[in-house]
Parts: sequence; structure tokens; C-alpha cells
Amino acid sequence: MDLPKEIEILFRENSELAKKLSEEISKLTPKVIEKTGLERIKIMNFCGTHEWTTTHYGIRSLMPEEVELIAGPGCPVCVTPSSDIKNMIKLAMDGYVVYTFGDAYKLPTVSHYKEGIGSLASAKASGADVRIVYSFVDAIEDAKTHGKPSVFFGLGFETTAPSYAVLFKKEVIPKNLMFYSSLKLTAPAAIYAIKIHKMSKRSPVSGVIGPGHVSTIVGSKGWDFFPEEFGIPAVVSGFEPVDILTAVLTILKDLYTGKAKLTDLEYKRVVTRDGNIYAQDAVREIFRTTDTIWRGIGNIPNSGLDLRDPFKEFNAKLQLNIKENPWDYDLPPGCKCNEVTLGTAYPTDCPLFMKACTPSRPWGPCMVSLEGSCAVWARFGSSQRVLNLMKEVRE
Amino acid sequence: MCVAFPGRVLEIYGDFGKVDFGNGTIKDNVLLSLVNVNVGDYVLVHAGYAIQVIDEVEARRTIEMWEEMNNGISNEKRKQDFYEAIGGKL
Repeated sequence: MDLPKEIEILFRENSELAKKLSEEISKLTPKVIEKTGLERIKIMNFCGTHEWTTTHYGIRSLMPEEVELIAGPGCPVCVTPSSDIKNMIKLAMDGYVVYTFGDAYKLPTVSHYKEGIGSLASAKASGADVRIVYSFVDAIEDAKTHGKPSVFFGLGFETTAPSYAVLFKKEVIPKNLMFYSSLKLTAPAAIYAIKIHKMSKRSPVSGVIGPGHVSTIVGSKGWDFFPEEFGIPAVVSGFEPVDILTAVLTILKDLYTGKAKLTDLEYKRVVTRDGNIYAQDAVREIFRTTDTIWRGIGNIPNSGLDLRDPFKEFNAKLQLNIKENPWDYDLPPGCKCNEVTLGTAYPTDCPLFMKACTPSRPWGPCMVSLEGSCAVWARFGSSQRVLNLMKEVRE
Repeated sequence: MCVAFPGRVLEIYGDFGKVDFGNGTIKDNVLLSLVNVNVGDYVLVHAGYAIQVIDEVEARRTIEMWEEMNNGISNEKRKQDFYEAIGGKL
């Protein structure tokens, strides 16, 4: 039998194990509460796909009341600033061929570029040449065939960056294709989110589920700072329901013993301690870290990547004189995407959720990407909501 | 956006290769140069490139570790159940 199928069967449909794990979690939680004095045990994930698994499989409904699973910044599409989208729309309207991933195609700007044009999709509808691609390779191949001046909208986290870097390294990019970097790094935003929870009157984050596929690149060592600097246990986890349950149980065990540590054995089938060194080297060679704007949140120092000087002929921002203005609040009225991104609000806390903002007509950015928390909750419902309802009925 | 799909490498040509994602989905021109990979290996593919080779030994070890925690149904038994469900082993 092929391996992915086998993994799927053993990790996804393993209901006996899931039951066992959730029983263990229920048993351990009161002990952890008693020992640590925590009111709530808040566990944050940093990956849209983890949020997908958590919501899709109803994992929240398996948690004791005191264990709260929240989504942190884990979706690069949701945090791409409105100014970047506007710049891309302008380039498209000026006659450049614009390549984008499907996720960013419908992203709304905070104010329209021109009457009726508030996304790359609407720019295309009014005649601009916007093309959806699956990868940077596809954009390169296509740009070579037509030879017209083109720009690639380079989104993504650490997972996606190497796919760009390696192609710059191999010098296969045609002269007519430029690169607009909106690349972001997860660690600075994770630290930002942890600090926000520490600062506010809310309960602090007690445990972290580390992003599995960012970790394949940066290695599990990339998350050592959680236990070392913040005293928070962290588990690099896979994406099957049993992976998430194991991660929660491991965090509870660490909280109980009082020894915060990084556990990387959970997703060892693809994550190593050092990560993909070749990919890391390629990214370091091609990109430098910069300050960058996270939509609705503002500037986070050293949280972005942009092309180094030797590649400036491909840098759309430099070549086309695109000025980066200081950040201005860039969420549409009523939208709580920034709070949802930082895990201080659930999608259901937003007054627009499933009213003015739906997957077919997204108002805010977290409803656009398939991995945005709002879009995930819209599709699969929220077990949290059901639980609250049950509680109300009981009372 | 970091979603990645597992697939089996069918062919390697230079930096690229052909990957079988199962269910009849085969993709050409998958960038493989960031990993050490051989034909037949399983890779995890994100945005058109392989981010990592799936470590079969580790995958099985994790499963076994969990099975130990589960200490009920063995790996072998689950496998048998599966073969039974699909009507035999090829």
C-alpha cells in the first residue's frame, strides 16, 4: 500500500486512538489546573491548516471547558497589506501581466483603486491581465512564452520562500518577469501574538502548536525560543486530527510537570531538527529580512523578506518606483480580522461574520483564503459556538 | 497557504520531476532540487516544489508510538482490517 494512504488511514481514521487521547486530555486537565493555578489553558496554533484540522474535525468539542484552542497568525494571505494589493492592481491596470496565487486573487483592498475595482479579480473583470498560477515555475514558463512585461505577486511564509529563492539562484527568470515581495516570517508575528496575550487582561498563552510545514524548512529548532524565552511548551505537529490531539496532550503533560520544552517527535515523518538546510541557505542568499506591514496590525520589525541587491533588476518595487508608505489602518469598517489573526477574538465575535462577510462575498481578508480562520469557521461551523449554546441551554 | 500534499516521485529530470498525487493526479515540472530524492520516494509538495521527503521509517515509528499509547489494536490488526475492507491485498 502506498505510504500517504497508510498514513491517512492510521492518522486520520484512528478513532480508537483519538478517543483514548481525548480521555487522557480530560483526565489531565483538572490536574494541570490545580497544579498551575491557571484559569484557562490557552493553546495557540500558528498555521491555517492546523485551524482547518481543528475546526473541520470538531476537535474543540472534544476539549474540556478549560482548554481553549485558538488560532494565531498562520495565514499569509490574511495579513497581506491592502497597500500591496493596491500596488498589484495598479500594475495590472497599467498593462503589466500580473501573476498571483488563487488565494490572493479575491483579496479586497480597504478602499477601491478606482470605482468598482477593489481586488485583482475585479481588475481582471475590467480588462486587466491577471493570471492565476499554481507556482512560481508556472509563472516563469508563461512569461517566457509571451514576453510581455510581467510581475509576480510573491506571497507566503518560510514554506513558500525557498521555491522563489531556488529559481533566482538558478538564474532561470526571464528579463520580462519582475518579483513583488510580500513574503512574511512567522516567528516575529508569533512572538507579537504571545506578547499581546501576556499584556492584555486575557489569560496568557500556555502552549503552542508549531506550524508543521514552516518547520520542514526552518527545522524544529526554529521554535526553541518558545520554551527558552517565554517558558511555553511547544509541539511541532502534523495535520491529522490525531496529530493535534497528541500535541494538546503533550502540552498538558509539560504543563503538569512544569518543564516547558520543545517536542519535535510528533511530526518527525517530515520535520527534522535542522530543517531543510539547502532551502534555508537559498533563502538567505537571495533574500534579506526587512520590516514589513501585517494587515490590520501594522509594522512588525524584521518580519519580512525582500530581494537582495544583486537581484534588484527583478525587484518590482525598485524597478517600478513603488513607494512604501507608512502603515495606515487597513481593514474595512467593522472587520475584526486583526483580532482574529492575533487570536484575541473568534470569527464568531465579529459582527459581520456570515452576515455582511461570507465566503462567496468576503468583506475582510480572513474570509478570502481557504486557510483564513473566518473562511474555515464559515465552512465547517464552530464547535465552540455549539458548546456555548449547549451551556446556555443547560443554564 | 502552507498546505502541502504528499506524492510519489515517478520521474526525475534535472531539477524537476513528475509526481503522482494519487487518484489519477500526476503533475509535471515539480521542483525537486531542494531535497535529496530518488524515484519512488514520497515527497511533500507545496506551491510546485518538494519541501521535504517523507521519512517512511519515522512515519511508521510515530504510528507505532501511538499504537503503544493506544495499547489496544495493533498496527498489524489495523492493516488487516484495511485489507479486509478493500477486499484483499494486491
